[in-house]
Amino acid sequence: MLAKRIIPCLDIRNGQTVKGVNFVDIQEVGDPVELGAIYAGQGADELVFLDITASHEGRKTFVELVKRIARHINIPFTVGGGISELKDAEKLLSAGADKISINSSAVRNPKLIDDMALNFGSQFVVVAIDARGDENDYWTVTVNGGRIPTEKELFSWAKEAEGRGAGEILFTSMNHDGTKKGFANQQLARLADSLRIPVIASGGAGNMSHFVDVFTLGKADAGLAASIFHYKEIMIPDLKSYLKENGIVVRL
Amino acid sequence: MATTTRITGTRHRTSNIVIIKYNAGNIESVSNALRRLNVTAEITADPEKIINAGKVIFPGVGEASTTMAYLRKTGLGEIIVSLKQPVLGICLGLQLMCSYSEENDTPCLGIFEEKVKRFTPEPGQEYITKVPHMGWNSIHNLKSSIFTKELEGEYVYFVHSYYAAKGEHTAALCNYIVPFSAALQKDNFYATQFHPEKSGPVGAKILENFILL
Repeated sequence: MLAKRIIPCLDIRNGQTVKGVNFVDIQEVGDPVELGAIYAGQGADELVFLDITASHEGRKTFVELVKRIARHINIPFTVGGGISELKDAEKLLSAGADKISINSSAVRNPKLIDDMALNFGSQFVVVAIDARGDENDYWTVTVNGGRIPTEKELFSWAKEAEGRGAGEILFTSMNHDGTKKGFANQQLARLADSLRIPVIASGGAGNMSHFVDVFTLGKADAGLAASIFHYKEIMIPDLKSYLKENGIVVRL
Repeated sequence: MATTTRITGTRHRTSNIVIIKYNAGNIESVSNALRRLNVTAEITADPEKIINAGKVIFPGVGEASTTMAYLRKTGLGEIIVSLKQPVLGICLGLQLMCSYSEENDTPCLGIFEEKVKRFTPEPGQEYITKVPHMGWNSIHNLKSSIFTKELEGEYVYFVHSYYAAKGEHTAALCNYIVPFSAALQKDNFYATQFHPEKSGPVGAKILENFILL
């Protein structure tokens, strides 16, 4: 059976992995290739590298980093952050990325999804959606790390992205992100039931049972987390064994 | 299998392995995977180099009809069919080595008689069994010298919407909607639907087995 995927996410600034909460008090913690290789060795199923560098020079560093990741890491990896044109994606793909993730740029210019799917194939295109729900369970798509609300609504935007050729949807609930109280399982299940492409769940992982919930209640195909892995609160081999004990199909 | 496979220490080996260069994506990732095994392979479209290579890898990510048209136009298709040394097709490479693909109704190279079909979820299952088949799945009933015994039931990485049906040359089975050919083999022709270059230590072992044929 197809295994549920565990995906550590690494934030990169100026070529270094950073750990930080809400972009405040960011600490640089070393070489992304080394950390990525450690996760791969521990049984991570994929990796996501998000470039949070703002500067133009930083971007060049990131492409060089992607080349190094591709040489050393033997599992699939997605790169994202600041991809707003076809040629950005092309550089990263030819540097060896398996998939690219687009977020704000797709909201601003939805046709970017069509162009990328047409040029590189749907399997290369992950559309990341950050959304925040209100008391009426209306989910507003946000950009710039959740700071700016947009006109778009989560479920219709995900459906549109699928129609335009997205290969996967990476949904982060801004309500759950950083809380460590579990994933947005209700919304994730609704996404899974309305999409024919895989859904990656992000935001809220705090303990191992949250991953069981996201794969059962949330019907997610993959679970993504950052800090709990970086701070070794959850070790991937332990998580995989725990999931297996709880009847989830995982790659051990 | 927790550790990365290394062949005979860290000395770099020249291998006379070539990777066929054509209009398909992700060719570099195969050469990166070989480099992790301390093997240097040349990426080339030069017919003479391909014909004279010790081993040939035919990778690929892309669409069947445009890729087949390219292979016919350049003569690369004819060369691949005529090769006598071990050849390893990967992903789209496997599909193009079959007789026919439903992807835009494409006659293929015909090395394997198996036909390539599109995954069709059972009615009502479209939102459960998603297409493409993407992620890690296990391989079974292994029958080929690129698969050593310990690989039975191991997980490898797939990304595809079309599959080669189970047939005479099936060398590994995988289950997704239907049992399908995760690998094929006939004489000197080997092929995997999954990506050994992205399949961690298991994939590295399969590439190593091919290199050592």
